Amino acid sequence: MRVLPFGPGAILAEYESLAEVMSVDAVLRDSGLAGIDEVIPAARTVLVTYNNVDRAALEKLLVPGPSVPIAEGPIVEIPVIYDGPDLEEVSEATGLSIDEIIETHSGTVYSAAFLGFTPGWAYLVGLRRSLHLPRRPTPRTSVASGSVAIANEFTGVYPTLSPGGWHLLGHTTATMFDVDRDKPSLVMAGDRVRFVRS
Amino acid sequence: MIEIINHGIASSFQDLGRFGCSHLGVGRSGAADRPSHRLANRLVGNDDSAATIESCGGLGLRLHRAAAVAITGAQGAIDVRQGPPMAINAVTYLPAGADLTLRPPSEGLRYYVAVRGGFDLQPVLGSRSFDSLAGLGPRLQSGDRVAIGEHPDSPLATDLGFRQPLTDVIRVSDGPRHDWFTDEAWTILTTQPFVVSPSGNRVGARLNGTALERREIRELLSEGLVEGAIQVPPDGQPIVMLADHPVTGGYPVIAVVAPDDLPSVVQARPGTALRFRHTVG
Repeated sequence: MRVLPFGPGAILAEYESLAEVMSVDAVLRDSGLAGIDEVIPAARTVLVTYNNVDRAALEKLLVPGPSVPIAEGPIVEIPVIYDGPDLEEVSEATGLSIDEIIETHSGTVYSAAFLGFTPGWAYLVGLRRSLHLPRRPTPRTSVASGSVAIANEFTGVYPTLSPGGWHLLGHTTATMFDVDRDKPSLVMAGDRVRFVRS
Repeated sequence: MIEIINHGIASSFQDLGRFGCSHLGVGRSGAADRPSHRLANRLVGNDDSAATIESCGGLGLRLHRAAAVAITGAQGAIDVRQGPPMAINAVTYLPAGADLTLRPPSEGLRYYVAVRGGFDLQPVLGSRSFDSLAGLGPRLQSGDRVAIGEHPDSPLATDLGFRQPLTDVIRVSDGPRHDWFTDEAWTILTTQPFVVSPSGNRVGARLNGTALERREIRELLSEGLVEGAIQVPPDGQPIVMLADHPVTGGYPVIAVVAPDDLPSVVQARPGTALRFRHTVG
């Protein structure tokens, strides 16, 4: 674990693995330490913003303990039409046929580790190693909402039209974020997700 | 009731922002220049959390009811019809039927308009701020009529406000990825001018200057961002994250603007040359 500076009101802790991130995130949320404003977990980091916090107490909480298994939340099924513009490129880069890519991607139950980037953007873990690819060298300036994509160890769905550098495998008609729903984000951290070929 | 006669340039309702929604991927948003938003509210006796209108000018409002109004932030002329003349950082009592129009600012970039009682808007996820990145919150459009809230009980303490002057020397501290950049990049950042680009918005102030080169070229996995973080995309031209920044970002943050100097970045007009000065922090 490394603690990195982020101005007078925040600290960024960097970890070796997502499992460490998730354990520290859980500890911080349960701690109730006075002065913490927001805890923002990401792939290898936890950002904590604060105001008048006990820095020594905070830094103690940032030390990763035994890793906690990601919670087994409810399964959210997301229908996908596998017609993404990057299937060919992913096939070339991974050596898998397009059918194998689809079977691999839809044959796994994922866990939502954290949300970030834009509203409803859930980073889903559990992607088979054979589909791990770095992001595209040049991001697209615009990716359609509902695009189902992969990058590195993650898969996810673009909730809104936005720029994006992930590999697009297909699309869904599911509404990922709707502020008028009781649960605005279709997928919350801890939920499990299955992509259903349709 | 207040009617939006003309929505003007980059006008939106803003308050202090959305708290505790990062687990939904929703950022804070809120007034980009918070001290000016607070000052406008205080002048008319509102709580700091009341909504104001942030505008880069051209905004036209018609009062259908008499109200105390204060405008802060940018400096510029305000045209009033059917009412007394108005000045920046002062309380004016406008009668029903008065029209006001904000001219493009002559100094600074963003005005804040507060009305005693606040704008009575339906909060979205606990805030009346419009988040331009997320597309969340009440929208402001020409022709809309917005109710004015209940008069606060608080007395009007003063009818004149004073704000801290803007500066073009901006203090910065180390960002989490300062060591991903070359020593030259640090020297350039803290000695050379960076000019505010016209393509900036509430998400970020885009700056143009000598490109900041990276030592570490591997991919950064997205990580959390704060307001004032200076992100450097592959072209080496820094972007200062403002109120509507995404919750996480994938470009390394070289430095962080001191919170007290952030309003000066928010109010810096395109073409302004900013200079960054390194402070320990």
